[in-house]
Amino acid sequence: MELTGAQIFVECLKQEGVKHLFGYPGGAVLHLYDALYKQTAIDHILVRHEQGAVHCAEGYAKSSHRPGVVLVTSGPGATNAVTGIADAYMDSVPLVVFTGQVPSALIGNDAFQEVDIVGITRPCVKHNFLVKEVEAFSDIIKKAFYIATSGRPGPVLVDIPKDITAAKTEWTPEAYAAPVQMRSYSPTDRGHHGQIKKAVDLILSARRPMIYSGGGVVLGDAAAELIQFTKTLGYPITQTLMGLGAFPASDRQFVGMLGMHGTYEANLGMHHSDVLIAIGARFDDRVTGNIDKFCPHAKIVHVDVDPSSIAKNVTVDVPIVGQVGEVLKAMNEQLQSRVQRPDQAALDAWWQQIEQWRAQDCLSYQQDDAVIKPQYVVRKAWEVTGGDAIVTSDVGQHQMFVAQFYGFDKPRRWINSGGLGTMGFGLPAALGCQLANPEATVVCITGESSIQMCIQELSMAKQHGLPVKIINLNNGYMGMVRQWQDFFYQGRHAHSYFDSLPDFVKLTEAFGHTGMKIDKPGDVEPALRDAFGRKDELVFMDFIVDPKENVYPMIPAGAGQNEMILV
Amino acid sequence: MRHTLSILLENEAGALSRVAGLFSARGYNIEALSVAPTEDPTLSRMTMVTHGDERIVEQIMKQLNKLIDVVRLVDITDDAHLARELMLIKVRAAGELRAEVFRLTQIYRGDIVDVTDRTYTIEFTGTPLKLDSLISAVGRANVIEVVRSGPAAIARGVRGLTL
Repeated sequence: MELTGAQIFVECLKQEGVKHLFGYPGGAVLHLYDALYKQTAIDHILVRHEQGAVHCAEGYAKSSHRPGVVLVTSGPGATNAVTGIADAYMDSVPLVVFTGQVPSALIGNDAFQEVDIVGITRPCVKHNFLVKEVEAFSDIIKKAFYIATSGRPGPVLVDIPKDITAAKTEWTPEAYAAPVQMRSYSPTDRGHHGQIKKAVDLILSARRPMIYSGGGVVLGDAAAELIQFTKTLGYPITQTLMGLGAFPASDRQFVGMLGMHGTYEANLGMHHSDVLIAIGARFDDRVTGNIDKFCPHAKIVHVDVDPSSIAKNVTVDVPIVGQVGEVLKAMNEQLQSRVQRPDQAALDAWWQQIEQWRAQDCLSYQQDDAVIKPQYVVRKAWEVTGGDAIVTSDVGQHQMFVAQFYGFDKPRRWINSGGLGTMGFGLPAALGCQLANPEATVVCITGESSIQMCIQELSMAKQHGLPVKIINLNNGYMGMVRQWQDFFYQGRHAHSYFDSLPDFVKLTEAFGHTGMKIDKPGDVEPALRDAFGRKDELVFMDFIVDPKENVYPMIPAGAGQNEMILV
Repeated sequence: MRHTLSILLENEAGALSRVAGLFSARGYNIEALSVAPTEDPTLSRMTMVTHGDERIVEQIMKQLNKLIDVVRLVDITDDAHLARELMLIKVRAAGELRAEVFRLTQIYRGDIVDVTDRTYTIEFTGTPLKLDSLISAVGRANVIEVVRSGPAAIARGVRGLTL
């Protein structure tokens, strides 16, 4: 049948099983919006700012197994989306972002609302396309979804000139269903057998092993394989910020998050390990600390789906390229069939050492009767939600407090902006999570600085009836900036304090939601119980917390993992 | 160390800027670059000269491979290979210099392709090193302008960089 580009767009999205589309209309996408108006299969979620649309889509994708899909207009619509796209690129989030473009004939003329978004986003997308003729449109959409969701996932952008959406061509669902063939793109799924064997040899020879797993395990849906692997070996495991939840935090084998604000036992365990098993992690600078001092005694196995992640920051001894789930499965089979077991005496001694480090209780804090500690709020939220909420965060101290104090036992429960560190991520991401998981309890734990960056989405939440809960750890400061200024700039708080803040309760009420202000430690738990009891309401809890609390422990920039500041 | 990379990439708008953008974004060096479509018009062949230690060049290869538009890629530095570059050079050729430049052109097996009463324009093909040496033989002061294509490189032997 002959369809317009706009109709093809809608049909392709239906073929991809898209249920929710996050977007904001504008001149260049009017044909597309008109086509969306005439159908009911796809729900359009109207955000209040394009950055919000992309963060919503990220939350949606991270908390489900589906790619997030975004539609924005040309020019400012597209540039507003860039922060979200860059965020998705850093955290390997599968997204397909459609941007409107001025008509083909006007491209390059500095037309109204024209911007070279393909050029602007080239360094922060997995791939992008400019649709040049309507005949290629369907094929490009198919490829966009395939690229975004296969291999190491990531955002793909499709730029659509307005005339393409009006032009007509033949389109059939059968033709669309044909599998994608791309000569220049074929991600590796299965690990190399010989390398896997070598890795298992090394792993079994370990005397002071450490498993270091990352976001790749979550993205690759390999938590079950990781648990089996870790349980079979009895080795300690640490997880990165992005990997939390893949292995249950409540299990004794979990020694906590590692890195700049990781636990003492995780970081010292890394430093003193003799065999490091890195799975779906990328040796980020916030994890390694000073790279020259990183794991000086360890032989390293590194499993990653992206070959360029391997040997980028550190040299590894046994690299394995493949989907972490496939590789772990193969390693688990090897472990089952081997007679050799780890050296139990060495492992017992190693655990004894780790328990000594753990006994330092590096995450301890004191809650008195006067001032609310942010850690206490997070811990109470964990209790009240039974540890089973989907939790999003923004960026800064509160993000680290959640990572440290909300013990995630399941994957895809912890949704944050790790790589790019985007303030403003938390609220829209939470709304995306709620759409993908309508029955789940969704909490955005944020701070008064971050929340103001995308607070306009409270309006979207009202329109679409999304009852997320917002825990605002309000200390009046950009807490992490203030902490660094205290530590490294002799306490000169250059522009990290807000002399003026909105009344968050009134603000929330203005958007049509429920607001609460809590400033006494004794009121924390009752307020949380009240708020989480309101199943159909968005509740904004403004917790006035200790303005001087710092995140500990800490590896200062440039130091090694064994050089932590404890308190 | 200097490395010569041969790259087959999709002959599509933007493919070249993806490669160039990768180098600038990640702080890698491009010393020379030549690119043109192949006998298959959907593919371009690129020869790129870069330098860096082994670890950096390994990363460059991996990052290039990650680009969707890159179809095949090989580092031919350590294999026997041929590299040729085209140069057009316009030099002063008046008075005594005229005969000298003419002789040098013969020695270097170049062709004089344009003549005025004061200049010669000469076409040379050779290894990048040979072109360098010609420029210094003529003397920088006598050179009016130089345009070089960047090297085109191909591995020796039966194997080829194909689909």
